Amino acid sequence: MSTRSSALLVIAGGVVLALLILAGALHPGDSSAEPISAADDAKVAANGAPRDEAAAHAEAVSDSASAAKPAADGKQPFSPPRISAMPKGKFGDMVKLGHDIFTHTQKFAGQYVGNTLSCSNCHLDAGRLANSAPLWAAWVSYPAYRSKNGHVNTFAERLQGCFRFSMNGKAPPLGGDTLLALESYSYWMAKGLPTGTKIKGRGYPKLPKPAQVPDYARGKIVYAQHCALCHQPDGRGLKVAGQAQFPALWGPDSFNWGAGMHSLKNASAFIKANMPLGLGNSLSDQQAWDVAMYMDSHERPQDPRYTGSVAATRKKFHDSPMSMYGQTVNGHLLGQGSTPSGGSVGSQR
Amino acid sequence: MDNEGKIMRINTMSYLIAAALVMPTLAIATEGGVLAHQGNGRGVPACSVCHGAEGQGNDAAGFPRLAGLNAAYLLTQLQDFAGGQRRNAIMMPIAKALSTQEMQSVAKYYADLPLPANALDSDAKPNPSGRAIAQHGRWNQGVPGCVQCHGPDGRGVGETFPSLAGQSSVYTSNQLHDWQQGKRPPGPLGLMRAVANKLSDTEINAVSTYFATLSPAAAGHRSAP
Repeated sequence: MSTRSSALLVIAGGVVLALLILAGALHPGDSSAEPISAADDAKVAANGAPRDEAAAHAEAVSDSASAAKPAADGKQPFSPPRISAMPKGKFGDMVKLGHDIFTHTQKFAGQYVGNTLSCSNCHLDAGRLANSAPLWAAWVSYPAYRSKNGHVNTFAERLQGCFRFSMNGKAPPLGGDTLLALESYSYWMAKGLPTGTKIKGRGYPKLPKPAQVPDYARGKIVYAQHCALCHQPDGRGLKVAGQAQFPALWGPDSFNWGAGMHSLKNASAFIKANMPLGLGNSLSDQQAWDVAMYMDSHERPQDPRYTGSVAATRKKFHDSPMSMYGQTVNGHLLGQGSTPSGGSVGSQR
Repeated sequence: MDNEGKIMRINTMSYLIAAALVMPTLAIATEGGVLAHQGNGRGVPACSVCHGAEGQGNDAAGFPRLAGLNAAYLLTQLQDFAGGQRRNAIMMPIAKALSTQEMQSVAKYYADLPLPANALDSDAKPNPSGRAIAQHGRWNQGVPGCVQCHGPDGRGVGETFPSLAGQSSVYTSNQLHDWQQGKRPPGPLGLMRAVANKLSDTEINAVSTYFATLSPAAAGHRSAP
């Protein structure tokens, strides 16, 4: 199968199974997660407490407030060049490699990937889609300071973070072809985009604070109705011919506890704008918060910055109501018993 | 005693051998196979009259390939025809004349048939606009590429997302129009109706033609997944 013809395989939508609604309704009792409320979040922010690392991933989500009202000034978000307009020659080869890595990450950058995800699972349309953390908007937003690591990051270092956390892998070396290809692809897509201005469509459009505290039991029902058909009732996704057709949302094949998508703020924003595939913005804000909380209340690979104690790791990197890490859900302390970070990295899949 | 035991063992073995010989024969002459090739004598004609001797379909006439499609998917379609949720003048009376057991049998029969090796329309011209919709969609207008759910080159994923590769272009086009007109259940969450409503007639024609040119079987695979 050629790489071109197999572009854009893996992502997910969600759909209804009445059966699963029933299943969700039959287990209403397993909601005991600690509350996460708008008030709590506001308090953390007001106190100037350390931001959740994932809130810092708001690099991916930043500008989301402006993106939340995309039509306010009547302008459409930026449109990147068409895929078919990719340049020829050595630079074009690097752009194409970047596209292929982005859409088939395990296949083209497997040595740095410890799960079955591809970049394009969370950056839809191969990183082209506005409000789905498009690469063109990210390209013109770096170098930038990130509270996640406390210094000014280049775009390349930002990409390294994606591999370490979202891909549960390890950072590709600076100057190597993997990062060079992804930089080339991003740069090419950002053709004509200015720096130093707010970019419409960057990140995911941040949701207003939920009216009700996000709830596991309600989220479970949303999941069964809108997500489980593709992502499967156990959240492990679905593979076709050895490749993820629909990505794992939790478990050892998913992103780790350090990834931005483990933050309820990021996950709810992504879900609301983009899920199910082709039906973005069909869930209510509350449904998006609830199902994000449900998804992120499951075990996943350990945070690679793990200090040896879940409580200490939470305090240092996850001290926010937006992170379920180190919270207890259904009697289970999340982060305790995580599979090792790094997953399958270095092994042959 | 020893002799008796020996005789019992021989009898048991004979039975097992006989069963082993008979069972494959029974499998070939299943109810599903008989239905497919002879009909049921109660108003259901042989499926093969329209869908081909090997379930390969008829591209020009718009009769779909059934070989290698998911059994649960096929069963749902028969149930929807019988119940009137999926409206088709030919298939509705046929499905109504099938028992539940017969529907299950014939669905399994076609699901188990090997995929045709080649696309129906192997001489097709390059079709960049059909390919673009199929592989990349029009995301900024909420149309994901078909392969996002229907799998690599549209070869199908599970019981919900049927194979599109090598399917009759007339059939695929008819389905997209049927979704637009509400003649076919909109699919889980209404996904297919939502997608079809965003496609123009030109796009429907292009994408249907594109999938008809693809081989239903991945390289190296001859049978249904």
